[in-house]
Amino acid sequence: MILELAVQFCEMLVVLLLAPLLAGYVRTVKARLVGRRGPPLLQPYRDLLRLLRKEVVLAHSASWFFRGAPYLVFAATWVAAALVPTFATGLLFNYAADMIAIVALLGTARFILALAGLDVGTSFGGIGSSRELMIASLAEPAMVMVVFTLSLLAGSTQLSSIAGFMQGPGVGLRVSLAMALVALVMVAIAENARIPIDNPATHLELTMVHEAMILEYSGRHLALIEAASFVKLLLYVSIIACVFAPWGIAASGQGLGAYLAGLAAYAGKLAVAGFLLALFETAIAKMRVFRYSDFLGAALMLGVLATLLLFVSRIA
Amino acid sequence: MILAGLLGCAAALLLTGAAALALHGRRLAAPVVYGVSLVATTIGLLLAGRALFSPDLPGGTLSLPIGLPWLGAHFRLDALAAFFLLVINLGGAMASLFAVGYGAHEETPGRVLPFFPAFLAGMNLVLMAADAFTFLFSWEFMSLSSWALVMAHHRRPGNAAAGYLYLLMASFGTLALLLAFGLLAGPSGGYEFAVIRQTPPGAAVSAVVLVLALIGAGSKAGLFPLHAWLPLAHPAAPTHVSALMSAVMTKVALYGFIRIVFDLLGSPAWWWGAAVSLLGGVTAVMGVLYALMQNDLKRLLAYSTVENIGIVFIGLGLSLAFQANEMQAAAALALTAALFHCFNHSVFKSLLFFGAGAVLGSTGERDMERLGGLIHRMPRTAFAFLIGAAAISALPPFNGFVSEWLMFQAILLSPNLPQWLLKFLVPTVGALLALSAALAAACFVKAFGITFLGRARSDVARDAVETDGWSITAMLVLAALCLLAGILPGYFIDALAPVIDALTGSSLPRQEQLDWLTIVPIAQSRSSYNGLLLFFFIALAASLAAEAIHRFASAAVRRSAPWDCGFPDPSPATQYTAGSLSQPIRRVFGTVLFRASEEVRLPPPGDASPAQLRVRLHDIPWDVLYAPVAGVVGFVAGRLNALQFLTIRGYLTLVFGALVALLMVLAVWQ
Repeated sequence: MILELAVQFCEMLVVLLLAPLLAGYVRTVKARLVGRRGPPLLQPYRDLLRLLRKEVVLAHSASWFFRGAPYLVFAATWVAAALVPTFATGLLFNYAADMIAIVALLGTARFILALAGLDVGTSFGGIGSSRELMIASLAEPAMVMVVFTLSLLAGSTQLSSIAGFMQGPGVGLRVSLAMALVALVMVAIAENARIPIDNPATHLELTMVHEAMILEYSGRHLALIEAASFVKLLLYVSIIACVFAPWGIAASGQGLGAYLAGLAAYAGKLAVAGFLLALFETAIAKMRVFRYSDFLGAALMLGVLATLLLFVSRIA
Repeated sequence: MILAGLLGCAAALLLTGAAALALHGRRLAAPVVYGVSLVATTIGLLLAGRALFSPDLPGGTLSLPIGLPWLGAHFRLDALAAFFLLVINLGGAMASLFAVGYGAHEETPGRVLPFFPAFLAGMNLVLMAADAFTFLFSWEFMSLSSWALVMAHHRRPGNAAAGYLYLLMASFGTLALLLAFGLLAGPSGGYEFAVIRQTPPGAAVSAVVLVLALIGAGSKAGLFPLHAWLPLAHPAAPTHVSALMSAVMTKVALYGFIRIVFDLLGSPAWWWGAAVSLLGGVTAVMGVLYALMQNDLKRLLAYSTVENIGIVFIGLGLSLAFQANEMQAAAALALTAALFHCFNHSVFKSLLFFGAGAVLGSTGERDMERLGGLIHRMPRTAFAFLIGAAAISALPPFNGFVSEWLMFQAILLSPNLPQWLLKFLVPTVGALLALSAALAAACFVKAFGITFLGRARSDVARDAVETDGWSITAMLVLAALCLLAGILPGYFIDALAPVIDALTGSSLPRQEQLDWLTIVPIAQSRSSYNGLLLFFFIALAASLAAEAIHRFASAAVRRSAPWDCGFPDPSPATQYTAGSLSQPIRRVFGTVLFRASEEVRLPPPGDASPAQLRVRLHDIPWDVLYAPVAGVVGFVAGRLNALQFLTIRGYLTLVFGALVALLMVLAVWQ
């Protein structure tokens, strides 16, 4: 019990501490790929600390909701990330939320952030919220369909059980799994505001979605929102890793050695995933806003098709 | 005797309605009527709760020598009726509490006070009726009293037309139910539910009854494409009545459907489930898309009711499909999800309508384009509305999420259904459900964000004041219920068990003994959810973060003008509006479903007139279904009108011709 609690606590700390590193790593790799030196690997930590120490400049028209929102967004995202198996499955509180609930928790965070974008009453906040809502209205159902596919295969919506199933012998190569993987990656790109949907590096107002929504935030509020978006990126990478690359992940009660091995394997997966993300982002151009629906509609269709295939291929 | 007590409550409500006529014009009339309604519905709520939570109590039947002389009036209280009585009396009590304060805004109380308690009594009686005549009589009484309430402000533009359409659709629905009960009773004319239950009809008759029940109860509940009256009539009534109609009367309609299809009709065929769940899925997505296109806050809420009714019908359809294939555990899960969503919807929809009513009472505005910034002026209303908006958007840790989660779990059990059509249909319905949940979140970001956040878009919004204490209390009680049902869903699921057991012969495992109040619908290895822990963790993480940052980093705040990329504009007109917020979604979905078109008119250079953006939306079911029928009826009526201006010779010829024709028919017949 004590060990389990400690592992769960470690998990919470690991996602929080590794998340800025992943973001910094992706930035560095991207810079190297286009021939620049790029910022130091630890720059995101420095940014967060600097922001935390600064005072908050609050618009006159900001309400109590605007001030509370960053804490709630951060907390919801962090809790969701802490419930995804990273280096070990069967964590103490895994049963509190299955994959559907984790998706919905991210939905809660987005709901609050989209509202916060409207609070000050500026045009840029509105533009960000409005586009974010459009993206979410397609990305979230696509994600639910991916969850359907995985849980129909594994017979469970619990991420731990799904990871266990994917490690086992009963998986094999399946068309629906491939479709689910593609759909999941597309959703992850859209949800984390990466190219081709959104550009995390842009500061040209009309091309940004996430950055426009949080334009009025500053100081510690901004730090929390930035931390939440780092954690969210890590969360999606963890989901993909734990479902589609479950190797080396420690099962519950395997002892300290297995946990350490799991941690090493997890770090390796993050490195590979971050490199692939950077590679993809350098190779592709950003889309026009009204092409998003094609991109996300494709993800949704892939998800639906994957689920349909499973329904049809199931022998009663 | 619980049933007698509940009937007594209904009678007291009827008497209150009559007394309101006598009190007409007195200043105390409104508080007295709403106060008595509050007491009567609270007693009804407690009695229904007692009947539901102690299922061993004799439910009881009662027959009174009123109504048809050879039939009498039969009343019965079983688990299903008790659950719905609980839902409607909760909604009724909260609406009465809200109205004690809100009723002061009413300019024509004489048109509202007599009908409000009568409406409540009608709904109570429908749920207790145990024969077709009493059921239909109460149903029609409920419809007509709510129609009178819709017409309370009949001089406002559009309200009279809304009332007329409502009356037409309500009569049409009752006609369908009348035929359904006629078929169920058969040629022997056994109109008591107990008799009907013993003689289930054949397959063909059952199919017709199902369709009639879908039309009759579905039109009242707002099933697509019979929903057209609902978004017009619900917002037209005074707000506490809008809340009753949207949150509570639609549940009575659902009760009617469940009573006929699950209870009276015998065992279902598999295609019933397919038809009902597909209708539900389409209703859910269309309802929320319509809601997203609205700028009128109350109409947005009414369309969102259509969406939620769709979600409930998805659950009902799945349950029918599982029952037809004798998968009782799965049927129980789907029905639990549907009924839990009924309860949840009645709670958060009442709350949201009360919020809209508080805004309307304070500003006189329903148009979101003229609101904004109310969170500063009405912080408590804003807080309660925010909880309701999060709950209806199916966000954890609130209650809306739990029922949708259960619905998803039911869908995940359906690959084992043997029929091919269902294999294709159920995943599609699942995708529609997921889509409607995501769109609902967008819709309520719009409803809350444009109304309460940002800067005031008009003088009335800038000068708004917080609403009265009664209204706030009602809203906060409902907000607390949203949270409670979200973090302690196990108790609510257990309370539903007797209802589910009576209808499907199975129920979910007991939830309350599970560790940490987790809910586990099927098996721990399959799925589990714990709202309490999630709520606790979120609260803990947020307060830890706040505490740590304020203590170790910085707690300083400076107020200044908004940044807005360096060009802050003092005019609130530069904010995003309700229309612009949903514009991307309109572009994505609306071009096909609403044939939306945008027309931009820019004045030529040098012309100082403002540019215009005109958006045109088509209501396709209206154009395809309603407009042609209305056209044909109008045409025929216009032609037949000539009959009223014949000469005396013309009339005599007509009568003679009719007589000859009838005699000839008679001769041929024999």
